[in-house]
Amino acid sequence: MSNLPPQEVMSPTAPAVPAEDDLVPEAARVIEGRSPWRLAYERLHRDRAAMIALGVILVIVVVAIAAPVFSLVTGHGPDQQFRTTGLHSDGLPYAPNARFLLGTDDQGRDILVRIAYGARISLLVGVVATLLEVAIGTILGLAAGYFGGAVDTLIARLIDIVLSIPFLLFAISLVSISHPSLKIVIIVIAVFGWAAVARIVRGQVFSIREKEYIEAARSLGASPWRIMFIDILPNVVAPITVYITLLIPVTIVAEASLSYLGVGVPPPTPDWGQMIAEAQNIYQQAWWFLVFPSLALLITTVAFNILGDGVRDALDPRTQQLFK
Amino acid sequence: MVRFLIRRVLTGALVLLLVTMVVFVIFYVGPGPKAVAHVLAGKQASPSEIAAEAKRLHLNLPLWHQYWIFLVNILHGNLGYDYYHGESVVSIIGQAFPITLSLALGAAVLWLTIGVLTGVVSAVRSRSVADRVLTVAALVFYSMPTFVLGLLMLLVFYYVLTTHGLAFFPPGGYTPIGTSPWLWFKGLILPWITLALVSAAPYTRLTRGALLDVLGEDYIRTARAKGLAERRVTYRHGLRAALTPVASQFGIDVGVLLGGAVITETVFSMPGLGYTAVQAIQTQDLPVIIGIVLIAATAVVVANLLVDIVYALLDPRVRLH
Repeated sequence: MSNLPPQEVMSPTAPAVPAEDDLVPEAARVIEGRSPWRLAYERLHRDRAAMIALGVILVIVVVAIAAPVFSLVTGHGPDQQFRTTGLHSDGLPYAPNARFLLGTDDQGRDILVRIAYGARISLLVGVVATLLEVAIGTILGLAAGYFGGAVDTLIARLIDIVLSIPFLLFAISLVSISHPSLKIVIIVIAVFGWAAVARIVRGQVFSIREKEYIEAARSLGASPWRIMFIDILPNVVAPITVYITLLIPVTIVAEASLSYLGVGVPPPTPDWGQMIAEAQNIYQQAWWFLVFPSLALLITTVAFNILGDGVRDALDPRTQQLFK
Repeated sequence: MVRFLIRRVLTGALVLLLVTMVVFVIFYVGPGPKAVAHVLAGKQASPSEIAAEAKRLHLNLPLWHQYWIFLVNILHGNLGYDYYHGESVVSIIGQAFPITLSLALGAAVLWLTIGVLTGVVSAVRSRSVADRVLTVAALVFYSMPTFVLGLLMLLVFYYVLTTHGLAFFPPGGYTPIGTSPWLWFKGLILPWITLALVSAAPYTRLTRGALLDVLGEDYIRTARAKGLAERRVTYRHGLRAALTPVASQFGIDVGVLLGGAVITETVFSMPGLGYTAVQAIQTQDLPVIIGIVLIAATAVVVANLLVDIVYALLDPRVRLH
């Protein structure tokens, strides 16, 4: 038991204390212990690529929040069709110009404004669906790993089934029998995404529950819930954090894919995947309609993946030695 | 080993059973049965005509009864008939599967080659410029949604080349290999590259990581110490051991792909399993949907099983669990 896997050594037993210097007594400040989270944060801070990626993500978040500003400055609403100024007389969209910086789409709408609004859907689904699948996966993984036996068999089979289901086909089926909406898209993604998280958490819990301090907690009469959420959970927070950052881009791609296949957020709500699907029909006449939404999507997923890599390296020093 | 196999096969069968049940329930909870009967009976059909259509297709029966008919049929090797044209699902799958197979196998060979080669270069020349460039490229392609890469490929290699007088690649579609091997090959190049590039990145990382781990082992030092050439140490001693995780990942990925590459097939308008399934979902054609889902889930289950067997053969410790 003495050579713990690195993640457990790393994992904090208490959440990081916010640095509120004024509250800390003078004596305690002399030897300032740095919590594992603080160390990880410092490592992440030194990772230039991850910091740039974080900056890019912040810009995207600002664009999403400030989407109405784009509308205001250009004077173009996200769903507003400019049939005379935005479309040529033969019905083809305009290339990027002074009035429409990124050109117009097949219905004469401003692509720049729609990309800004589309960021909202991508980020919202990316973050909310990821948190949802991590929450479900963590709870089921904890239960399976802690209780073992029949509970574990049941959950493990469920994980097997979900992982052997072809995601896109089932997602399309599910969305097609209900009316497509933002809520449905998030739920569908979460329903298929939790299993991978649950499998990781389950494996971690299996090794942790045999530890002496868990036995101690049990002998003191702690309830299963207390042991699972107070004693075990903090020790799997590090791998879960890594997983969240790496899952967000996967979720964003899943949402865009559903939209591309026509079962995402219903039109006319601006959405990157949907814009790309519409662009597919006229990319030979309007490359900008295909290229700009694609770039927006690509920049977002690349930024999240770089940040995710950085977070993993920061939380698990072993891989950092290996890869840097 | 036999017990291990039997248990795995039974588990696999159970998973398939549950997956088909889920498909039935989804169809039932939704507007499926009513919608299909409505469409078939025509726009001006009377309720009795609609009911007659529903009866003909057993759509009026309760859920469990339909599922029972489906199970009995399956045991006779019959997947049923599609609701709209009465074509047998087996023959529909028979037409679509070669397309998916052509796409999947070609892409798989390509991404395995790309992934392992770049992984080896990255590991052997760790921290070099080549390593960094490959790592960045892997990250970008890993982040790239398949349809984005596919459409950009079409934009550049079909549209831009064609407008510049170099009409080589078709804009999509599929030519059976029996009709013209050359057109078959030419039409598959872009889909292959698309699928291979988005799938190769995990292999680059897996190979790199595993090889770096293995190259730090004692027996590698021994091999070097006895004077073997570095090339031989890397490839014969190192890579061989490092490829085990790569092989298992490969098995699972190919299994997933054999159920249809929905996005790639849609981008390049190839009527493979994925594309056919999406069409069937839009018309709520349950027999076709369930047939393809069953094939897809079977491919995944079988691939997992094969990977586990290979693992068990290689590593006796696995068998004990």
